[in-house]
Amino acid sequence: MIMDYQTRRRWLDRSMVFLCGAAAFIAMIPLVSLLIYVLMQGFHRLDWTFFTHLPTPVGVDGGGMGNAILGTLTLMVIASCVGLPIGILAGIYLSEFGKKNKFAWTVRFTSDVLSGVPSIVTGIVAYTLVVKPMHNFSAIAGGIALGFMMIPIVTRTTEELVKMVPHSIREASWALGVPQWKTILSIVIRTAKNGILTGVLLSVARIAGETAPLLFTAFNNQFWPKGINEPTASLTVQVFTYAISPFKDWQDEAWTGALVLLILVLTINLTAKMFFKNPRSLLR
Amino acid sequence: MTNNGGAKPKALSLSSLSTSGFADKVFQKLTAFFAFLILFLAVLTAFTLWQASAPTIQKMGWSFLTSTDWDPIQGIFGSVPFVYGTILSSFLALLIATPFGLGISLFLTELAPMKFRDPVAFLVEILAAIPSVVYGLWGIFLLAPFMRVHVDPLLIKAGGTLVGLLTGITLIFLSSAVLGRFIKGIYGMVLSVVIGLIGGIWVGMMKMPFFQGPSTGLSLFTAGVILSIMILPTITAISREVFEAVPNSYRESAKALGATSWETILLAVVKPSRVGLLGAIMLALGRALGETMAVTMVIGNTPQVSANLLAPAHSMASVIANEFSEATSDLHVSALAEIGFLLMVITLVLNIVAHLLVWATATKFQK
Repeated sequence: MIMDYQTRRRWLDRSMVFLCGAAAFIAMIPLVSLLIYVLMQGFHRLDWTFFTHLPTPVGVDGGGMGNAILGTLTLMVIASCVGLPIGILAGIYLSEFGKKNKFAWTVRFTSDVLSGVPSIVTGIVAYTLVVKPMHNFSAIAGGIALGFMMIPIVTRTTEELVKMVPHSIREASWALGVPQWKTILSIVIRTAKNGILTGVLLSVARIAGETAPLLFTAFNNQFWPKGINEPTASLTVQVFTYAISPFKDWQDEAWTGALVLLILVLTINLTAKMFFKNPRSLLR
Repeated sequence: MTNNGGAKPKALSLSSLSTSGFADKVFQKLTAFFAFLILFLAVLTAFTLWQASAPTIQKMGWSFLTSTDWDPIQGIFGSVPFVYGTILSSFLALLIATPFGLGISLFLTELAPMKFRDPVAFLVEILAAIPSVVYGLWGIFLLAPFMRVHVDPLLIKAGGTLVGLLTGITLIFLSSAVLGRFIKGIYGMVLSVVIGLIGGIWVGMMKMPFFQGPSTGLSLFTAGVILSIMILPTITAISREVFEAVPNSYRESAKALGATSWETILLAVVKPSRVGLLGAIMLALGRALGETMAVTMVIGNTPQVSANLLAPAHSMASVIANEFSEATSDLHVSALAEIGFLLMVITLVLNIVAHLLVWATATKFQK
């Protein structure tokens, strides 16, 4: 051997530890570059008009993404109406009634697998089910596509958090003669309220950044929406459209749109994470 | 209600018991119904896609899976270029992201000082939260030009050498591991270095089609790089979960036997959790396969099958994103839906296997 055995072991150990640290360091480079670049490119166009004005044609100064921001918020509300009731109630079923039965196992597994279905595929489903029969792109279709995506996420986070409620609390409630449904609704859910809220926030943050399923469900619109039954702009689709356009001023606006989107998504995410830092503290 | 007024206390307790039993059943059935909706949603997804792609399935039959032609005007549809682009870009992404992801999660669970762990984990989580269209924007204006100017020319010039070098190093490690068992001392070492040198030079001298210019920066390779950044958090988070499931007594036993940190990691952490790691990698692969926006923005959107990684390509998700809303005919829409169907089938199979693997390891340590 070139080196003696002990030295070789020590060197291998040191170099591998170094490599692991280096991996963590290198992975930060794209993140930092992306954050700094979005901030640098996006900041100078960021003003109040960006939030309140419609997009302008190429070459016309000013203009904003007011309609797209409103559209994104609309889509989030519709998606929540579709996704939250199903997700939360299914999650309650899994944690309260589905400890050890085949049906619950199947649902759990299916929802895990559903969360892996590519979002663009969900878009095609929403297109076929909603856009085609209605004969036009609409916020409803986009919202339904996003709502479908929320369901598995909300289901599993709700289940995890409701499960965390100590069993003794349930027993105390039963001992007082409170029926099970009331125990679940007014004791268990109330205890896990903040936790469920965290799960909801995380899923909303996730769909707020989605583009793919909106391309052919909500589509796009250059004007203020007149209702939820017509094509609706969203921040993500607008950023995409402007990013691949050949015009410099649109590309600049894409960066500002990306900055707003990033602030929106990260704010929701960090709020949720703040809650989530210590899951135990969520109870109560 | 009026006739039990006299016996109210008793009747109340009895009836409240019986109605609560009834209400409980109703409540359970109600929540079960919503749980059932999830199963329904899964079936609905599959069925809708199948229905939507029926016209193409009828017209193209199996040739949809084997043809490389994609000509919406002529009504000829073959999915091979897209399947090729999706699979190759995803594997490239895995190739890059796996070592980094495992390195980071080992660093976070085993090596890093406590005060570094939370901030680094937090930053990796932010990486996961960034919307893919923002990655795409960054990809178009920063990564693609960077690849075109700095990385691609280097690969064109030295790609062969690089592949040769990698092959050589791999061969040295492999042969020293194998030969070390039979030939003791310095001779085994020398022999394996010689084998590595010969193999590396031989591979390096071969004319390889993988890196050929000129490149525009919008290519399969760039798509692989951006995908690797996007799936890094997935690999890191899941493998971290798997590593943390390994009981501490394993690590303590290894340390007590005099193992170094790295030996402890290999023997007591990685080895017992390798099935779960496979699951983590497969889940990340599933994410990479379905990723749409960022890939669409940097892959170049040209339906072709080329061994040249620096050439523009197309992926399943990106062709749907590009053509669906402006499809020229019903058959075109249906062909895109069939591509979506294929994509779903591939990701479903991957996800099912991956979840089973992760569950298997997670429960292994609980027993």
